[in-house]
Amino acid sequence: MQITVKVNGVAHTHDVEPRMLLVHFLRDVLNLTGTHIGCDTSQCGACTVLMNGKAVKSCTVFAVQADGAEITTIEGLARDGQLHPVQEGFWEMHGLQCGYCTPGMIMTAVDLLQRIPNPTEEQIRHYLEGNLCRCTGYQNIVRAVQYAAEKMRA
Amino acid sequence: MAVTKLFGASVKRREDPRLITGRGNFTDHIRLPGTLFMALKRSPHAHARIVRVDVSKARAMPGVVAVYTGQDLVDKLAPVPCAWLIPNSDLKVPSYRALAVDKVRYVGDAVAAVVAENRYVAEDALEAIDVEYEVLPAIVDQEQATQDGAPQLYDDVPNNIAFHWKLHAGDFDSAWNQAEVKLSRRLINHRLIPTAMEPRGALAHYNPGTGDLTIWCTSQNPHVHRLLLSAVTGIPETRIRVIATDVGGGFGSKIPMYSGEMLASAISRDLGRPIKWFESRRENYVATTHGRDHIQYVDLAATREGKVTGIRVKSYANLGAYLSTASPGVPTWLFGLMLCGAYAIPAVHVDVFGVVTNTTPTDAYRGAGRPEATYLLERMMDLLARELGMDPADIRRKNFVPKEQFPYTTATGLQYDSGNYEATLDRALELVNYQQLRREQEELRAQGRYLGIGFSTYVEVCGLAPSAAAGAMGFQGGLWESATVRVHPSGKVSVFTGSNPHGQGEETTFAQIVADELGISIDDVEIVHGDTEMIPFGMGTYGSRSLAVGGTAVIMATRKVKEKATKIAAHLLEVAPEDVTFENGRFFVKGAPDRAKTFQEVAGAAYLAWSMPEGVTPGLEETHFHDPINNTFPFGCHICVAEVDADTGKVSFRKYVAVDDVGNVVNPMIVDGQVHGGIAQGLAQAVYEYAAYDENGQLLTATLMDYAVPKASMLPRFDVDRTVTPTPVNPMGAKGAGETGTIASTPAVANAIIDALSPFGIDHLDIPLTPERIWRAVQERRG
Repeated sequence: MQITVKVNGVAHTHDVEPRMLLVHFLRDVLNLTGTHIGCDTSQCGACTVLMNGKAVKSCTVFAVQADGAEITTIEGLARDGQLHPVQEGFWEMHGLQCGYCTPGMIMTAVDLLQRIPNPTEEQIRHYLEGNLCRCTGYQNIVRAVQYAAEKMRA
Repeated sequence: MAVTKLFGASVKRREDPRLITGRGNFTDHIRLPGTLFMALKRSPHAHARIVRVDVSKARAMPGVVAVYTGQDLVDKLAPVPCAWLIPNSDLKVPSYRALAVDKVRYVGDAVAAVVAENRYVAEDALEAIDVEYEVLPAIVDQEQATQDGAPQLYDDVPNNIAFHWKLHAGDFDSAWNQAEVKLSRRLINHRLIPTAMEPRGALAHYNPGTGDLTIWCTSQNPHVHRLLLSAVTGIPETRIRVIATDVGGGFGSKIPMYSGEMLASAISRDLGRPIKWFESRRENYVATTHGRDHIQYVDLAATREGKVTGIRVKSYANLGAYLSTASPGVPTWLFGLMLCGAYAIPAVHVDVFGVVTNTTPTDAYRGAGRPEATYLLERMMDLLARELGMDPADIRRKNFVPKEQFPYTTATGLQYDSGNYEATLDRALELVNYQQLRREQEELRAQGRYLGIGFSTYVEVCGLAPSAAAGAMGFQGGLWESATVRVHPSGKVSVFTGSNPHGQGEETTFAQIVADELGISIDDVEIVHGDTEMIPFGMGTYGSRSLAVGGTAVIMATRKVKEKATKIAAHLLEVAPEDVTFENGRFFVKGAPDRAKTFQEVAGAAYLAWSMPEGVTPGLEETHFHDPINNTFPFGCHICVAEVDADTGKVSFRKYVAVDDVGNVVNPMIVDGQVHGGIAQGLAQAVYEYAAYDENGQLLTATLMDYAVPKASMLPRFDVDRTVTPTPVNPMGAKGAGETGTIASTPAVANAIIDALSPFGIDHLDIPLTPERIWRAVQERRG
């Protein structure tokens, strides 16, 4: 099937198998390997991207379902060489160790702050339930999101 | 070493910019033209004889390039190696084929490999492979496996006992006979799944023209993998390059040699094409090593005053179906040697039976042996306190090795480098406001609410060393580390380390210590790791060894560079080397600070070599292989405060305080992060995670839906603090911080919950303390 997907502001038209997952489309067709794969049951959230502005797990979306959609991946988050406040928060607050869950975690946090600009710690922890991190114990991820929230409100 | 500006500073991590922008160099990101995808057909049975493997349908599918069975590779690939051959234990190492030939012995044992144009086709072809099995009875429980009449995995491993390891230190029998207090318990330290967020995988590229094999893979120790790949494929080490730059977590599970990497290499050589293989999470759960899984019988002898006089342990360690790379060493040396913990216990008798069962092989998992010892001891200390009506803090204090006695030699023969155990206990008591907390506990109990306070005063061993000790323990390698410091003509510095960080942040901390040593900007220091072509040799990152061993190698190599640079500077300044001082990146004449050469000027001069001192060769580069004189022994006190809802069994965490002593700290931000993550994993063992098998050997928790890796909402905030007792073992005085959290937290959490349940007469429950387990126990007592 032919699909056209706008990824990080650029339109891409490709023929794909109907069964191809969006995450494989991004990684293997477009070579955007910043979106990671950590499971096969949609639990880990490493593959989270924004689809039409909302966080989705790209392993749970077929590429054909993204036909006509706008996708933002981790590669498209920084603008004009400026890190997104969430990216900055992860760096400032040591919100990552191995970095494998990080792209998905950041995309979910971006989605969170769009919906709840001033979240409590409990709200942050609840919102990140679909994203697993094995390194940080989440403490500094929470701080990273708080940092970004503050920065974005300023 | 003088504490200068970067040592001790929370420098932001230099690895982060690429990782937060999606530009990391993880194995699965590497693309080579012409790559084929390999998928593995795995056994659905825990124990079965392979009658027939029919791959004809799979071979005929469009897009399938080749299909291999075990028989096809018998002459092309040696068995998966075991590299910890513990002595005096009657160790038996059964043959572990990358693709099973005659029998499968666990669910997930590979029987065939498909190579196809892409992953989708390869997975389809797996379905088309027809394997006929004769199913055999399976055995999962390691204690039952040793009974007569239990199913046998191997003809030559009677009663499934792969080894019997003994360490009898001191006179336990007389301690037991004379003991005023005797406690005996059966403790279970259950099986866990490491769950690095990046599963394992490899991209192997054999070049038939040159005979070179390049393999990108998810490795904690690339040189070790190169050596083992060379051994199993017959390709000379000089022709193999292993690259593992960014690795998405390991926790021990990326130390061993596995079938996947071996098969990708052998098949790439066979076909002359690049082969990519990457696990699914389900594959990761059944075929990447698991951790822990002990059944322990413990006898503790003590006086009525609460002084422990001896401990005896008989442990059944579940090794799984085959012996993984380091598996025999983990439940023996790394467990038994640490059974004194922080306490002056004069007699320790340990017998460990390593048992093969029809389960996934086990090996190192964060802490590796030490959590098993610490949980056992800390649980027993609480039981002893309960028996004697003593406060759990007091019983620990009474048994601590006193700070005046360091260096202290334990009954098991270790020499604890430095310590002040009471200081961490005191600090933790202060942070939780202990007396107030106990009063509150009483008040809440009167209202029918159950608050518990749990202690863990642990000591652990890091930076395993020296190599001679490794040899005595049967480890088939040294435990040193290497570093090369290359100063370029511009004065910029590349540091090549044999450590291979995969989240621990050594690209930052190693640069901090080099920048300090050379008095140059951290921006002028590049840390290179994870590529066997660039680094002399490396033992890798595990066992909290990178800073203590790898970091020391870096410092020693840097000091050699300074020594040579000083000679060159002295020559340029026309004075004797003894008359030159090096400070803040400048070499100057003593007493005449204006007569100076910068580090950069000296580097340039070393490469121009127009005028060198006599006997000094051009260039500025040094290598050092550092073999430490001893291990390091971090310690600390963790206190968990938890409330249990007796009606539902639900646990909520009120407070978690960790006071660790890891010696001097290079980067506090990074150490805090290590401690947080470690506590999360250990806490999860106490209340959430459990790798469950049914009696047929099916892994019931084979996905992230079923295995309870904690989510953000399931963890409390951790209050982290430190005391500082430097180690004399290395010039930094640093001990290691990667595993303290995991080792300490499991017993602290379990002890808190059992303390909460004490009004019900409960003094022990096996972990994980799930709501169901707690609820059942409470119901039973309530009648």
